[in-house]
Amino acid sequence: MTTRRSLASASALAATIAGLLLVQVVVWGQASEKSWTVPRTPDGKPDLQGVYANATLTPLERPKSLGAKEFYTDQEFAELMKRIQQGIVPEEADLGNAAPQDVRYDLSLYGFDVTKATLASNKRTSLIVGPDGRVPPMLPEARKRNAERAAKNKGHEFDSYENRPLQERCILMAQERIPMLPGAADNNLLQIVEGPGYVVLLHEIDHSTRVIPTDERPHISQSIREYQGDSVGHWEGNTLVVDTTNFTDLTAFRGSGEKLHLVERFSRPNEKTLLYQFTVEDPATWDKPWSAEIPMAKAKGPVYEWACHEGNLDEFVTILRGARVEEEESKKAAK
Amino acid sequence: MYRLRKIALVGSLFLAAVSVWSQAPAYRAPRTADGKPNLNGIWQANNSADWNLQGHSAAQGPVYALGAVFSIPPGLSVVEGDEIPYLPAAAAKQKENRANWVKLDPEVKCYLPGVPRATYLPYPFQIVQSRENIMMVYEYAGAVRTINMGAPTKAPADSWMGWSNGHWEGETLVVDVTSQNEDTWFDRAGNFHSEALHVVERYTPRSADILNYEATIEDPKVFSRPWKISMPLYRRVEKDARLLEYKCVEFAEELLYGTLRKKASK
Repeated sequence: MTTRRSLASASALAATIAGLLLVQVVVWGQASEKSWTVPRTPDGKPDLQGVYANATLTPLERPKSLGAKEFYTDQEFAELMKRIQQGIVPEEADLGNAAPQDVRYDLSLYGFDVTKATLASNKRTSLIVGPDGRVPPMLPEARKRNAERAAKNKGHEFDSYENRPLQERCILMAQERIPMLPGAADNNLLQIVEGPGYVVLLHEIDHSTRVIPTDERPHISQSIREYQGDSVGHWEGNTLVVDTTNFTDLTAFRGSGEKLHLVERFSRPNEKTLLYQFTVEDPATWDKPWSAEIPMAKAKGPVYEWACHEGNLDEFVTILRGARVEEEESKKAAK
Repeated sequence: MYRLRKIALVGSLFLAAVSVWSQAPAYRAPRTADGKPNLNGIWQANNSADWNLQGHSAAQGPVYALGAVFSIPPGLSVVEGDEIPYLPAAAAKQKENRANWVKLDPEVKCYLPGVPRATYLPYPFQIVQSRENIMMVYEYAGAVRTINMGAPTKAPADSWMGWSNGHWEGETLVVDVTSQNEDTWFDRAGNFHSEALHVVERYTPRSADILNYEATIEDPKVFSRPWKISMPLYRRVEKDARLLEYKCVEFAEELLYGTLRKKASK
């Protein structure tokens, strides 16, 4: 029985990996964008508009074995792709939803399979740039702060809605958080629309929308805190630069606090790619800022409405009711 | 009799002329770089239509502890003729909705508001115009819709905010909204619709800082004829006006999930 089960999962794994043959990787870099000029909106601003997907095979952090190596050579990159196609899951690739252990249903049935997606890649060994290629170590005070928060909730995870993660409550989904990290391959679309003096960024996930003024106005009062922070932008050449502060202490991006300061840069190195770069700093969490770069591939819309809270009632009630029923039963059993 | 009819005819012609005249845009809006009326900005209704589209007196609010703070303000009707032409069964359902307002209104639960209610909720919304799309971003619940300004497209599925195709008629932005689900309401007075709802909105600049808003509402499963609401929308002119985050989910959680809280052990 055990043998049969492991055989079954092995063949599922093989099937998933085989799907990777369909990966269409838009490699861009050195020479390819030389002839490209970014189009302009009627206002004369760089036209970044369109729908983009941020699925990627590049892991956020660089495998330690690669040391300070930031880029693969053409040959290394081709070999890595080949290994993936041969069914090997190397530590150099982040398969996201397509990773065998994460597949809970037939992704291909719904067109959610990362292996069917068009991916943008720039031969980086990790999304985090620079010689370290990893999130800097957390400061002791930040580790303490986060451990205390986790300890406070420990054993109370199912006491009430307040104890549940923001994602489960449909308040802040992982994929709507900023900075935007690649998450699952489904609902990972970002639509950019530009109007006079504003850029709208619409995340498909939970219809999360940022309306970013580009007139270099100052941030709102520090007394106003927002899960998604307060974003103000400006154009630097062909790049949209967005500065965000005023986060809440619950926003916690990889353990950050409310002093998180995020700078994002959006540009189009070629017709099919949106290059998303960000730098985060939080002196209460890391001893230095760190930066990442995520190429997004132009995707086919439309962006669907993703109404999380509206569909959450039954599911969420079931989680809490389950916990209450369990308590009742263990009380009865103790009597 | 003949003469009377003639007077009536002349009279109605006169009325028609007056109404055409009153609708004729005396104001020409500034243009965007691609030559369209420029409706960009942050806008907000300034009325109590979300309490009740029809004319209503002031009334005690549902939470006595809040006294005068959350009482219901009076308001003039925004419905043409002040009559919503419900079919008999639907009229009964609206009464039931109204009687059970706090329990049934999707706004109480922080659900997406649908169209046209999103427009006159007591929160601002922002219009951002590009050549291909017009975004309407609402402060309430982070609701949003993308109005397609190209060749009309069909909705891939029903949704809370529906499917919007827009076009320009002179100074007016006309938006055709279909494929809304049946779960949104028009106001806190229990006015409702079915999934057959078809809304045609008209946004016409009236001056630099005012838009005339009209919505024609059609739903043969609920109403005996199309009916219309209209109101001005005002520009939020304060310096640095912007939409703020109003993720209201957390304000509805105690109501939705509070009874499932773990009881303190004795």
